[in-house]
Amino acid sequence: MARLTLREAITEALREEMHRDENVFIMGEEVGAWGGTYAVTKGFLEEFGENRVRDTPISEMAIAGAATGAAMAGTRPIAEFMTINFAFVAFDAIVNHAAKVSYMFNGQFDCPVVFRAPGGGGKQLGATHSHTPDVIFAHFPGLKVVCPATPYDAKGLLKSAIRDNGPVLFIEPVALYTSPKVRDEVPEEEFTVPIGVSDVKREGSDVTIVTYGEGLHVSLDAAKSLAEEGIEAEIIDLRSLQPLDMGPVVESFKKTFKAVVVEFGHQTYGIGAEIVARLQDEAFDYIDAPIKRVAQYDVPAPYSGELERSALPNAERVIAAVKEIL
Amino acid sequence: MDKDTLLDWYRQMVLIRRFEERSDELYQLEGKIKGFLHLYIGQEAVAVGSIGARQEGDHIITAYRDHGHALAVGIPATQVMAELMGKATGVVGGRGGSMHMASKERTFWGGYGIVGAHISLGVGLALAEKYKGSDAVCLCYFGDGATNIGYFHESLNMAAVWDLPIVFICENNKYGMGTAVEKASAAPKMVDKAKAYKIPAKQVDGMDIFAVHEATEKAIAACRKGKGPQFLEMMTYRYEGHSIGDRTRYRPEGELDKWRDEKDPIATLQNHLLEEHSMSEKDLVTIDEEVTKEVDEAVKFSDESPLPALDSLFNHIYPSNVEAN
Repeated sequence: MARLTLREAITEALREEMHRDENVFIMGEEVGAWGGTYAVTKGFLEEFGENRVRDTPISEMAIAGAATGAAMAGTRPIAEFMTINFAFVAFDAIVNHAAKVSYMFNGQFDCPVVFRAPGGGGKQLGATHSHTPDVIFAHFPGLKVVCPATPYDAKGLLKSAIRDNGPVLFIEPVALYTSPKVRDEVPEEEFTVPIGVSDVKREGSDVTIVTYGEGLHVSLDAAKSLAEEGIEAEIIDLRSLQPLDMGPVVESFKKTFKAVVVEFGHQTYGIGAEIVARLQDEAFDYIDAPIKRVAQYDVPAPYSGELERSALPNAERVIAAVKEIL
Repeated sequence: MDKDTLLDWYRQMVLIRRFEERSDELYQLEGKIKGFLHLYIGQEAVAVGSIGARQEGDHIITAYRDHGHALAVGIPATQVMAELMGKATGVVGGRGGSMHMASKERTFWGGYGIVGAHISLGVGLALAEKYKGSDAVCLCYFGDGATNIGYFHESLNMAAVWDLPIVFICENNKYGMGTAVEKASAAPKMVDKAKAYKIPAKQVDGMDIFAVHEATEKAIAACRKGKGPQFLEMMTYRYEGHSIGDRTRYRPEGELDKWRDEKDPIATLQNHLLEEHSMSEKDLVTIDEEVTKEVDEAVKFSDESPLPALDSLFNHIYPSNVEAN
């Protein structure tokens, strides 16, 4: 058992899958000679060679489209977007092609492509480079959307994504890549984490916090403080936004009768809206208080550090939301 | 070229034309086809001549004007027609319609409705073959209008940077929907756009099936030898509108008549067969009658076919190994 950062866990998953299956290859901007702008594929070019670690032109439409076509023809490409913000440029290739070919052609062919995309804000990269647009991609049937919050989940989910016969958008929270706080034990022996299964990350009986990605760590911090005041929060990590596993969320809510949704994307039309809608539908009789949302305020990301951070969820905001409904 | 091959080409071109004429009627007069319908009449020599140059395993991918390519790769007319009529027996079970025909067993990957997007998919098909070290080639078709979208440029550049085995086949029918090439493209010749990416490019008479076939054969051979992407600009003309409902008011008077009277691909091959291969008018009329019967049978088959079962709605959202949400 090794203690890995989230980034190290992702690198391990990629390396092991490339050794396991020769149809798996990586393409993207700066994945080769540079070693990945976040150093996720450092050393891969030397280890696997140019055919399997392909530096691309700055051409997101062609990267996503070519990866989709190559997947249709029987290889298993992993296309890396330097950041998820650049996936906007490839939106059509992802949601209108990769996500459609299985259905539109009546299941004749698979499309085993993984789109890896570092995402999230808080790094002073300005309005265009700081998005958490995960939910937009999760809107479309045909595309799975996964976002791990722990090294264990990152490794296990990425392996599942690579082995999936359909397209998966794998979102990696940049803020967690090297965070010592997120470092965790990851077994060296083979394991996978299934896509579409939510996970209880902390047990509690007073309130249910539904979250994923960076939101998990903010929620864990909040839960720690709340516990000092005798309030026990149960935290559900969705891990996958599409398919969405509501089972553990509903089960927890039926125990606590109260919920807060924590996400780093913008609040309006966010994942919180979906969770709230489903809870009122699936557990209406258990609602004891308004279900609260803690999300990024509806404002473009400013550059200046403190100003930017003030728009993002933090433990204090989660604590305040919990106390409001207790 | 031997006579049997020529007769096969002739039969295929006549089949496409009769099929499209009948589809037009089914849409406009009988209301049995809905949604989009983009007819291929006039451009038959491009699909038949170029697909006739491929070998088994070579990939085909095209845009939304795809019935001709679907028939040319050998999908039975019954399945293409049933697809147009939204029936369960359609080549993709009524899920795709006019723009989205595909047949994996014939390595025909579709049929795509977003202009230019599939060019990047075609690059991916070629990438997969290069990756695997096979010698298969991808034939990637699109219209002149698609050369103005970003996908086209990114895809040509990527294919050239990576020396991928892909033949880009631009079917230049003079109009992107209703906008003439010279109004939409700063470069009047599509080949010049390919040459900018150092891709060998050639203009071909797309109404002459011999020229189409020969040029495609050479381009495929170059790809197979590892010479990287090739580009063919097939100069052709669509006789019908962009889609049903287009009254083609943007065309100069007499332009269609001139193309049809002087360049029609079927008439050209017909004359060749009569003059060079001592075929009789009667032989060719017989072929036409057989093909008309084939189309009639396709319509009958489609009429009698069931609609897709409503409980199949959620099938295939995700490939088979994972449960749908």
